[in-house]
Amino acid sequence: MATATMNYLRQHKLPHIWCPGCGDGIMVGALLRAIDKLGWSKDETVVVTGIGCSARSNAIIDFNTFQTTHGRALGFATGLKLARPELNVVVITGDGDGAGIGGNHLIHTARRNIDITTILVNNSIYGMTGGQYSPLTPAGAKATTAPFGRVEPNFDVCELVKGAGASFVARSTVFHVRQLEEMISQALTHKGFSFVEVIAQCPTGFGRRNKMRSPAEMMKWQRDHAVSAEAASKLPPEKLEGKFLTGVLHRSDRSEYTEMYQQVIAEASKRGGEQ
Amino acid sequence: MRYQIQVNTKWCKACGICVEFCPKAVLAQGDDGKVQVKNPEACIGCQLCELRCPDFAIEVGGVEK
Repeated sequence: MATATMNYLRQHKLPHIWCPGCGDGIMVGALLRAIDKLGWSKDETVVVTGIGCSARSNAIIDFNTFQTTHGRALGFATGLKLARPELNVVVITGDGDGAGIGGNHLIHTARRNIDITTILVNNSIYGMTGGQYSPLTPAGAKATTAPFGRVEPNFDVCELVKGAGASFVARSTVFHVRQLEEMISQALTHKGFSFVEVIAQCPTGFGRRNKMRSPAEMMKWQRDHAVSAEAASKLPPEKLEGKFLTGVLHRSDRSEYTEMYQQVIAEASKRGGEQ
Repeated sequence: MRYQIQVNTKWCKACGICVEFCPKAVLAQGDDGKVQVKNPEACIGCQLCELRCPDFAIEVGGVEK
């Protein structure tokens, strides 16, 4: 298992730049094991990222990697997938990059249902840029831009992409690492826009401002607040207060964008470029 | 010994995650905070230390795939 992971890592880039206890490395491990089990080659796989801590995954993973501008990974990934539909395109983003700066790209990529897998690492904070709050920072939590606690509520990004049209939506945590690998694996093999929110810890940017200094303590919080969607369906609402759901949250069968676009190409070719 | 736990101390960042969640207290943090294998006989090969290591610094050998 470890050998498989090592085969997909640029080992000369390790140790990586992430802080001690950062959840990003755990997510990368789960992604690499999932890809290895699917047998995807490095050449037929592209990982696209924007800016932020999670985007630095691209420094250490040995696929075709493409680091783009802040929040715009999905825009670049859409162009790539349209030009080369045969490639496996994966986007790694964060709550700041994906739901804040790139929130508009996120909803429209979901709406198109293009065959891209997006892994959004939600560590509740803009880590790399200095600990500012993101749209997913919980109300009341402290950040450099909210020293007395954040006033407005966060949104549920899984509900957002589901509403926008994503055809596969799942959530897990880096504590639940085996479930996380399974959710990523299902997302990778799903045809259409697939989305996995990964609840992860940022001990440096979020934890130390919010009375959770140790990475393990933050992972215990994940353990104690996650409820599987299956279990939740049998629980009364009061038992779910303050908790979040994990597992596959939504799956639907919709036409995929690159396939639909092939019809446009065929029609245009038939007319020989005439209007 | 059934399982061989290998630690890459060059990559370990002393976060303590593996030590905290080992179900059999196999691991401990040394003076520098980095992980040490204190009780290898107790390892049950669950690999949770390896899977949860953010730094790819620990590997459990001898686990059937």
